[in-house]
Amino acid sequence: MEPASAKLIGAGLAAIGAGMAAIGVGNVFGSFLESALRNPGAADGQQGRLFIGFAAAELLGLLSFVVAMILIFVA
Amino acid sequence: MAEAAKVDPMHQFTIEPMFGTDHWQIAGYNIAFTNSSLWMGIAAVALLIFVAGGMKRELVPGRWQMAVEGFTGFIDNLLAANIGPAGKKYVPYIFSLFMFILFANVLGLMPLGLVGVHPFTFTSHFTATGVLAVMSFAIVLIVGFWKHKLHFFSLFVPHGTPLVMIPLIFAIELVSFLVRPFSLGLRLFVAMMAGHVLLEVLSGFVINGVNAGLGIGPVVSVLSFALMIAICALEILVAGIQAYVFALLTSLYLNDAENLH
Repeated sequence: MEPASAKLIGAGLAAIGAGMAAIGVGNVFGSFLESALRNPGAADGQQGRLFIGFAAAELLGLLSFVVAMILIFVA
Repeated sequence: MAEAAKVDPMHQFTIEPMFGTDHWQIAGYNIAFTNSSLWMGIAAVALLIFVAGGMKRELVPGRWQMAVEGFTGFIDNLLAANIGPAGKKYVPYIFSLFMFILFANVLGLMPLGLVGVHPFTFTSHFTATGVLAVMSFAIVLIVGFWKHKLHFFSLFVPHGTPLVMIPLIFAIELVSFLVRPFSLGLRLFVAMMAGHVLLEVLSGFVINGVNAGLGIGPVVSVLSFALMIAICALEILVAGIQAYVFALLTSLYLNDAENLH
């Protein structure tokens, strides 16, 4: 296989990571909403933790984007 | 059929000197005034005007003062919730950090291209976000070692760790601590860059669709354009969330430095 095409295929495969992060972020907000609707009084106090979870899940997806960008533009 | 127009999604991130040349160097580093520095200056000036407008200290606050006080109150609550009473002294730093990043992100999304100005999002460069992250990390280190001296290292050994596990846990916690400035800077820079690349790629679809003529062209263009509008709304949300996450994580790290575990 040509190195150039292998790079592009690798970058495309890295997009799987972005999709996985989408599942993760959806899970974070979904679980938050599910429990926030059960106990709306406690929901506001947990917003900090919500965004910590969001940040952690999102970072891993962004890393896959970095991998794709490195494959296309740097490597 | 004509050759499809090339829209280079990475061109928007080019840093070029506004005036001066690449030869303005000190010790091998270029010090020319670039578009990145220009937009940093614009963000700082806009922030100064915004805050100065709310400093009239009226007993019955007007709209502008309410807006500024809303932001300061928001940061105040954030620090009170995450650090406690000791967090009060970090309000100026976290407020400046949050507002500077927020203004930078939002200014970069402004549709100024319509009047011929090319907005530049300097938070889409790791050099800018990395320095902000290193600043936060340095404050954590300084406060931690100042306040707890060498006890600060107990941050890396959670309470109740079995003796056998201490070396392993220490190594893991140390690595996760040292990775913090990278993850902090990387998150902001990649999130901003990804959004701008996405918008540029979609605008490339619109342009190529229009050029393709009747048939499939208009369908692609209209759909891409509708998607672009939706993504723009999402980007405004991301601009706010990323600024908030940066401030939130900085305050969490400061909490580690202030209160250990």
